[in-house]
Amino acid sequence: MYSEKVLDHFTNPRNVGEMTNADATGEFGSSHCGDTIKVFLKVEDNVIQDIKFKTFGCAAAIASSSIMTEMVRGKTLEDGLQLTNDMVAEALDGLPPEKMHCSCLAADGLHKAIQNYLNGQK
Amino acid sequence: MKGERDVKRIYLDNNATTAVRPEVLQGMLPFFCEAFGNPSSVHWAGSQVSPAIEKARGQVAQLLNCQPTEIVFTACGSEGDNFALKGTVDVLREKGNHIITTAVEHPAVLDTCRFLEKKGVEITYLPVDGEGRLDLDLLERSITPRTILISVMWANNETGVVFPIHEIGVVARRHKVRFFCDAVQAVGRLPVDVQKAQVDLLSLSGHKIGAPKGVGALFVRKGNPLTPLIHGGHQERRRRAGTHNVPGIVGLGIACQKAMDELSFVPGRMEPLRECLQSGLLTLVPEIKVNGASAPRLPNTLNLCFAGIEGEALLLHLDIAGIAASSGSACTSDDHGMSHVLEAMGVDPLLGQSSVRFSLGRDTVAEDIDRVLEVVPGVVQKLRDMSPFWEGRACRRAS
Ligand SMILES: Cc1ncc(COP(=O)(O)O)c(C=O)c1O
Ligand SMILES: [Zn+2]
Repeated sequence: MYSEKVLDHFTNPRNVGEMTNADATGEFGSSHCGDTIKVFLKVEDNVIQDIKFKTFGCAAAIASSSIMTEMVRGKTLEDGLQLTNDMVAEALDGLPPEKMHCSCLAADGLHKAIQNYLNGQK
Repeated sequence: MKGERDVKRIYLDNNATTAVRPEVLQGMLPFFCEAFGNPSSVHWAGSQVSPAIEKARGQVAQLLNCQPTEIVFTACGSEGDNFALKGTVDVLREKGNHIITTAVEHPAVLDTCRFLEKKGVEITYLPVDGEGRLDLDLLERSITPRTILISVMWANNETGVVFPIHEIGVVARRHKVRFFCDAVQAVGRLPVDVQKAQVDLLSLSGHKIGAPKGVGALFVRKGNPLTPLIHGGHQERRRRAGTHNVPGIVGLGIACQKAMDELSFVPGRMEPLRECLQSGLLTLVPEIKVNGASAPRLPNTLNLCFAGIEGEALLLHLDIAGIAASSGSACTSDDHGMSHVLEAMGVDPLLGQSSVRFSLGRDTVAEDIDRVLEVVPGVVQKLRDMSPFWEGRACRRAS
């Protein structure tokens, strides 16, 4: 059902945990299935210096969260805002069709955190 | 990857299906290439196999304590459920159009009821309490002069909660209402006697009791006509058309015979193992809930919620460790994730998403349980550590 990549990120998630001195956090819960992500950001000069996450959800949700953090770490906020769930799913070598909605979680959680950061800057 | 090569495979999903028993397979084998005839044929090839069908019918009847003529072979439990409901609605349409069932039936009953509802049949879905129990008084008060059928499962497939079938049988008789029982999960795990229970219709499925997939049976008490679901040939006394699944029926007969022989000790062997799993998990893992803990339950079923995590994620970790279990919740795009059974029991939606069912089988041994107790605490902790819903909670570990 799941690719090796999904199983790898699921069993060994990267950047999981909390951040005490985060510059911004974002929380997003799927209205479909209740899967929920919390994203912590450390931002410097418009660049995501550090990112951590906590996720409640299925294997697809956890793997999507994990790979998302790898995809945007060191990238600009604009790059982060442009990340889509399709990009996340693709990076995982695909997800079963009924699990595609779980990959939205990661991108949406990230966008929420970036938005919160930008709003806080104003 | 799944069920990896070097880990011992442990199968604790016997409510989903069981392996075909070797004795069953042995008994079936002659009916593929040698005794291959159509039991309806009059020549030698047909007459070779019709006694085998009747022998199997006798074996099923003996397990249920009914007459062989009261057994109709089907293709599965779902067919028996559809047949009982749709066949009754059609045949009793002059008498009424109201069915009483429960909110926690298997989809084979619930979806059939919803289908009938669209056709104008009135359905009462009885609620259950927090432990999954029915209110017998409410059931009795729900009966109207238009009630044609009471449909209550013997035991719930998700929680293992057993309903008071004998008491319901008394109520049904008192009000002269036909009583159908989906006994798919109860057969072979509890004594199922259709006379003691006073049921009029009862469904069972082969693949839950060591027979192959694709065969089942419906008990239809004499004097309770039922409109066929499948029209055609004259098989099964015109109650169910279709050339017999001879090997499957032979297998079902042997499985029923075996279930009968083993009823005195197999359930008694499974229950202490289930208790051991339950008490072990309650000791090793904080904040878990056993669903239906204080209701009477099947001896083999344990359904739990693990606060703060998602059931499917836990299942995949178990699968990687070689342990097959199942989850009532599924994270699919068109589904809210919560099982309808736990929802009816009033389980909190978030907690309901963390449910996992272990269902033991006749081959389950103490070492299997030990292994589960070794694996579960670690993976639950790992998932809780990454859960935003577990934040700030102390992980108290009872010793
Ligand atoms: C209570 C109950 N009824 C009906 C069924 C359907 O049986 P089958 O798979 O043979 O169609 C099942 C199977 O899961 C069940 O548990
Ligand atoms: Zn999901």
